[in-house]
Amino acid sequence: MREVAVIGIGQTKIGEHWDQSLRDLAGQAIQAAMMDAQREEADALYIGNMMSSTANHQQHLGAYIADWAGLKNIEAYRIESACSSGAASFRTGFMAVASGEVECAVVVGVEKMTDSPAGEITAALATAAEADWEVDQGVSFVALNALVMKRYMHEHGWKHQDFAQFSINAHANARNNPFARFHDTLSLEAYEKGPMIADPINVFDASPMGDGAAAVVLVPADSIHASSRPRIVIAGSGSATDTIAAHDRRAPTWLSAAEISVKHAYSQAGIGPGDIDLFEYHDAFTIMATLSLEACGLYERGQGPRAALDNDISLTGKIPVATMGGLKARGHPVGATGLYQVVEVVQQLRGEAGENQVADAKIGMTQNIGGSGSNIVTHILRRV
Amino acid sequence: MEIPRHWRLKQQRYALVGEVCPHCDAKIFPPRDVCPECGGEAREAYNFSGKGEVYSFTRMGEGPAGFEEQAPYTVALVKLAEGPVVTAQLTDLGDTKVEIGMPVEMVTRRIRQDGDERGMIVYGYKFRPVMQG
Ligand SMILES: [Zn+2]
Repeated sequence: MREVAVIGIGQTKIGEHWDQSLRDLAGQAIQAAMMDAQREEADALYIGNMMSSTANHQQHLGAYIADWAGLKNIEAYRIESACSSGAASFRTGFMAVASGEVECAVVVGVEKMTDSPAGEITAALATAAEADWEVDQGVSFVALNALVMKRYMHEHGWKHQDFAQFSINAHANARNNPFARFHDTLSLEAYEKGPMIADPINVFDASPMGDGAAAVVLVPADSIHASSRPRIVIAGSGSATDTIAAHDRRAPTWLSAAEISVKHAYSQAGIGPGDIDLFEYHDAFTIMATLSLEACGLYERGQGPRAALDNDISLTGKIPVATMGGLKARGHPVGATGLYQVVEVVQQLRGEAGENQVADAKIGMTQNIGGSGSNIVTHILRRV
Repeated sequence: MEIPRHWRLKQQRYALVGEVCPHCDAKIFPPRDVCPECGGEAREAYNFSGKGEVYSFTRMGEGPAGFEEQAPYTVALVKLAEGPVVTAQLTDLGDTKVEIGMPVEMVTRRIRQDGDERGMIVYGYKFRPVMQG
């Protein structure tokens, strides 16, 4: 396998873009990434997207977006794995270039969620769960996470307030990210008083949806000419599945797929949890932030909330997370999120994160979670 | 709504018919023909008792499409006495304060209705607190 480098990044602001279509957003992110990479052509385009068939009544995104972006005649497909579609498409691009089959791959994650009524989007999100035995019982995607969180709190004795700092930290970091959906500060009082969605999850435990796209350009690392810009390579990549239904897991409070995918990524990169300088985790809900930290070996099982309580997660803490706002405050345009995470890690490793720069960041990790933990993709990027 | 999809699940929805593994005796619900415990083939039908306990639960303020009229309601992970866990609504709660570990039993109820009065009605299992005495 060849070593693969990320030579271009691009992203759009996350928000309610009434004036822009799915392909407008994807096209902007692709254009920005290709300009950043100083490339005008590519050999393949991989698209991470979850719900274009329901939210936008458009499938066949490969041809749809390649055509729009002016990438004439190139190989192009959509990769779908619910909320982890973005990271799955990134891994597809990585494998294509690493294998020697593709010289330059563009990967874009895009989601356009605000064209359809909220009820339809809620239903579309629920298709990440099992249709016959979860969704048909009346459970929403938030409620599934609430079932996991309630059980977790019961097993390990944590209170709702113990999770507060995950969201407070995300909002603080998003303030300096012009692409983030939210730029407001969250206080502990506001967190505690948030309107309940499905107990114990209130609105401040949950990430907001939004429209957005993020893209990267990938090439073999040995093809890059010497330049002043730091070289960012994909040091590790792992992906694993678990049962589609949360109730079929021996322990719904443990992310086996995260554990397996991160083990693979660590071993490929030749590192362990102690070597990670920053972590763009999948804080779709505060409980997922917790379980992700545990599965990655950063905290003992049942001790994830310690990261929040001890504020280890700030930009100067032991393990900075959600450095540009995370899903909670940057926003969670589902199929695009995995690419936002990669773009943000590249910003950090290049030293281009501005006010939110993590000092001397050399190794960054991303983890993108599909469903209630059913499909999890982890990447480790390194500055060389 | 897709009528055949709901029709073919009626044995499970109305009567909790699962499977038992001939290799390791694991009870399986819903049926999946490959035993999740040992990986062997499992096709023998098994009737679950409908008894179980609350493994986790949450109260939903709003219901998704098809469930709006029932909201607010409580959904739970119910650990069946035979081992498997299912996702289901709790019903007939009255003033009962739901807790993890609370014994429950299966009842058949209307699960959802599709559209207006001419739409298909789906029946299936919910769980209620076990009656005392
Ligand atoms: Zn078996």
